[in-house]
Amino acid sequence: MEITFEVNGQSHNLAGVAPLESLAVILRDRLGLTGTKIGCATGHCGACSVLIDERLVNACLVPAAQLQGHQVTTVEGLETSEGIDNVQQAFVEAGAVQCGFCTAGMEMAAHALLSALSNPTKEQIRSALTGNLCRCTGYQKIVDAVYQAAIGLKGV
Amino acid sequence: MITENRRHTSATPGGIGASVSNIEAMDKVRGRFVYANDLTRAGMLYGATLRSPYPHARIEAIDTQVTRRLPGVQAVLTHADIPGRPTYGFEEPDQPVLAWDQVRYQGEPVAIVAAESAEAAQAALQAITVRYVRLEPLTDPKRVASGEGANLHPQGNTLRRLPIVWGNPQMQAPVVVRQSYSVAMQDPAFLAPEAGLAQPDGEGGIEVWAASQWLHADRAQIAAALALPEERVHLHLAGVGGAFGGREDITLQIHLALLAQATGRPVKMSYTREESFLAHAHRHPAQMWYEHGADLDGTLRYVRAHILLDGGAYASSSNAVVVNAATFACGPYRVPNGSIEAEVVFTNHPIAGAMRGFGAVQVAFAYEAQMDRLAQALGMDPVELRRKNALRTGDVLPTGQRLEGPVPVDRLLERLQEVPLPQSASAGFPGVHRGVGFAVAFKNIGYSSGMDDTATVRLRMQTGEDGSPEVHLWSAAAEVGQGIRTVQRQILTEEFGNLRIVLEPIATDVASAGSTSASRQTWMTAAALKEACAALREVLWERAEKELGAQEGAGRLVIREGMLWRTRETELPAQEEPHVSLKSLLRETPVEVERTHHHRPTQPLDPQTGQGNAHLDFAFVAHRAVVDVDLGSGSIRPVELATIQEVGRAVNPKMVSGQMEGGSAQGLGLALMEALESKEGVVQNASFESYLVPTSEDVPPIYTELLEESDPSAPYGLKGVGEMPTLSSGPAITAAVRAASGRALTRFPIRPEDLLLPQPNVAVFLTPTQEQEAESLPMEQINAMTEEHFVATLGFAVEESPWVARAVFQRRPFPDPQALADAFREVLISASPKRQRAILMTHPELATARNAAVGLSALSRSEQAQGGFSTLDDGALSWWRRFNHLYRIKFGFPYVFALRAHAEEDRVSVARARLRNAPAIELACAIEEVSQIARTRILDRVGGLQSVMEREA
Repeated sequence: MEITFEVNGQSHNLAGVAPLESLAVILRDRLGLTGTKIGCATGHCGACSVLIDERLVNACLVPAAQLQGHQVTTVEGLETSEGIDNVQQAFVEAGAVQCGFCTAGMEMAAHALLSALSNPTKEQIRSALTGNLCRCTGYQKIVDAVYQAAIGLKGV
Repeated sequence: MITENRRHTSATPGGIGASVSNIEAMDKVRGRFVYANDLTRAGMLYGATLRSPYPHARIEAIDTQVTRRLPGVQAVLTHADIPGRPTYGFEEPDQPVLAWDQVRYQGEPVAIVAAESAEAAQAALQAITVRYVRLEPLTDPKRVASGEGANLHPQGNTLRRLPIVWGNPQMQAPVVVRQSYSVAMQDPAFLAPEAGLAQPDGEGGIEVWAASQWLHADRAQIAAALALPEERVHLHLAGVGGAFGGREDITLQIHLALLAQATGRPVKMSYTREESFLAHAHRHPAQMWYEHGADLDGTLRYVRAHILLDGGAYASSSNAVVVNAATFACGPYRVPNGSIEAEVVFTNHPIAGAMRGFGAVQVAFAYEAQMDRLAQALGMDPVELRRKNALRTGDVLPTGQRLEGPVPVDRLLERLQEVPLPQSASAGFPGVHRGVGFAVAFKNIGYSSGMDDTATVRLRMQTGEDGSPEVHLWSAAAEVGQGIRTVQRQILTEEFGNLRIVLEPIATDVASAGSTSASRQTWMTAAALKEACAALREVLWERAEKELGAQEGAGRLVIREGMLWRTRETELPAQEEPHVSLKSLLRETPVEVERTHHHRPTQPLDPQTGQGNAHLDFAFVAHRAVVDVDLGSGSIRPVELATIQEVGRAVNPKMVSGQMEGGSAQGLGLALMEALESKEGVVQNASFESYLVPTSEDVPPIYTELLEESDPSAPYGLKGVGEMPTLSSGPAITAAVRAASGRALTRFPIRPEDLLLPQPNVAVFLTPTQEQEAESLPMEQINAMTEEHFVATLGFAVEESPWVARAVFQRRPFPDPQALADAFREVLISASPKRQRAILMTHPELATARNAAVGLSALSRSEQAQGGFSTLDDGALSWWRRFNHLYRIKFGFPYVFALRAHAEEDRVSVARARLRNAPAIELACAIEEVSQIARTRILDRVGGLQSVMEREA
């Protein structure tokens, strides 16, 4: 099938896509956007989290057939001309990155949270990140990073 | 050296002690860091693996004829296509690269293919036929250890048996606690499944990009299988998405190289999550039998333990894991006597090998549970008991090894007790009880048992393109996310100031750095760097003397601000001291040095006695856990973890605390949820849906504190930090759940039924054993007893709490048995509520005897039988079970009732009335019942015929 959709503000028209091909595979293999990771391909680890029209999804579970006309945001779309965004900066500074394989998905989940709730408590952050596994950090510094990013966003 | 052996207060910006950000973090937050599965090459093929569906089977035939003719298939390889050694293995090559006559675990590779697309590769696998004859799988390590079952390997099924015997191994003690414990199989569950890429180098050699913990170990095994000299095999580290020990063994590396060699093209492989679960090494499941003997004051007299590890199908690093299980079996305590036997056997389970904590994790669960139980038996605070027996510098371990470095067991616990408890109250739901638990542990740093462990670095100082000096580092140390590259940069900054530092890619174009494991990489690479930096300055100084002329006197060489100095100052060099600019020293040729660090030699353990200085150094860690336990549902909510770790000198405190938090979460997972389950050798939950990894809500806030004490034997005083936090976090959580529930909790992970169903009590034995003694004891004999004998004789009056008898002993003499019983009551009612609750926790629930007789002491069993409780009909039994449940939820301890002191018809009405009591009132009521039970038991036993007649009258 043929689909037209937007990724990070750029329109893509793809032909010969299998209807069940996952968004995660399309991003990585067809568009070369390998910042989105695949940790399980079954929707349990959250490493492939992206935003579709501002909504957080596991890209490994989204079939091509559902993408027509939608807007996808991936980790590669977070940066602006001024550089990395508050969430990314907070992850670096808090020490929230070890192996980093969960990081992109975590950042997308953090964005989804912060766009819904600009002033989350740490408990709310923990709750919002339950769909994203991290095996390295014990989550402490990730929660700290999202908390700091929220403060930073308010400061802007 | 100015930086040695002292607390480092003012780090060079970015030097040792600075919490700089991980140098790879920027790429990672942008999604630009290239992991193994992100690699691509023009014209690459896709590899895939055919795996055995059976845990144990004989292979009769493998037919690949159809597959070879499929479109897009470029290679189909079986064992017959391996040009070199057909086996591999981390410690010994016992594992087939591709199975030929037999498969020994489910998921074992049998054939590999390379095709033009991933789909074509999967189709190719479908077309291969393998004829298996299924064999009985060996799944019970206990039966294997006793010699049952066919041999899985030529040397038999016992991989290694290791005894440690010290002091008087037959030592006895007045208070003894015995229990068996078990630990399930934990999966490293790193987030990036295995992936890699290989391609021919065009000159007959092969290049492999692997996400590995030790490139040179991979290279040696690949070269052997491909029949190539090692120098023709080039390994590059591909971006590693977590490791935790699970990438120390080879998975797909040899397969990739074989396929690239066979096809002459680049080949990429990526495992699915399910394959990942099956293919890599796991934490050893363990069964452990423990006996601790102590004096009445809590001083440990001996430990006897048998530890049985399930090694799975192949050796992996089991030989070394079992050394750790044995040598750390007693924990960080002074134990003057004992015997340990640790054993690891082959089964048809998935392979067990290295995982963070490496054999020291399983035993930490058991010995800390034993310490809790011993504290309960003695009526001591569990932390006080630990501190009393804490190892100190100069103490000798069961192996005879003397502890020379810092041993801050007592300080860690003391400090942890001072950390304020979290403010948040228990949720406020009825039945939710809060518990606080402590645990402390230690393990070795570096490779042990006489292995010559090495790490090499190469440094080149040169002038860069802009004419300013810069230093390049080549190191094969695997960066797996822990931050070794950041550490390298910090050390070079410490040594050379703000010089431009270039870290060359991690590859085998420099000699081995050893494995990123055993908490060794920072220590070993730092030591090599330290030696290389010193050598580099010496070479530069020789050049400097050509420029300055020979310099009289002495001093240390320092590089700061682009200058080489020779100085006598301890901090910054003085301006008048000799110095030359690096720029001029490097004008003509760069300086290059390579240094290999060998750590201080260790010894193998004596195979009969387990004696020997097997370990290089140690690090210590303690945790405090706060949990809320819902006794109605059996659910456990960790509220907070606090941890303090002895880290030597922290190179990067922020990264160290990150290791502590991450390791604590893995320990939590093992304690509360993680278990790779097999049924008849077939894995049941190879997915993140059913193998539960802790989420952000499962892991509570973690408070971390670093105990920095420079270790004089370590480079820069630093220590490895990665594994220690996995040791004590699970045991502390278990201790907290134990405190909240009163349950013995003898397995990892804890299951809800462990909190809900009647559980076997932990066995507490008082020696000489008096429990079954029928003879009546005259009062004068009791009054003449020693304390030890008194406690051993009368401890039975209050189950599993001999401290009560100890306190009673202080009130001698007793004119008659009633006075003795009164003394028991006085001790019981004047005890603190905490101790009173602890006593109640040890009591069995009424009416559970029919299906849980094992949970009762012999005495309780006979009392319940006498009280008619073992003959209740089903209706009454279910009423009592429901009552027990409600009672325990409300008060947090089991219902205790002195059967023989109440009329049978009153039992239900008394029980109903007590359930309505306020908690403080009910605690007093329950303690009165305990006193009554004690009184009955004492009067049964003490005072001779006279008292029996009085009672019957």
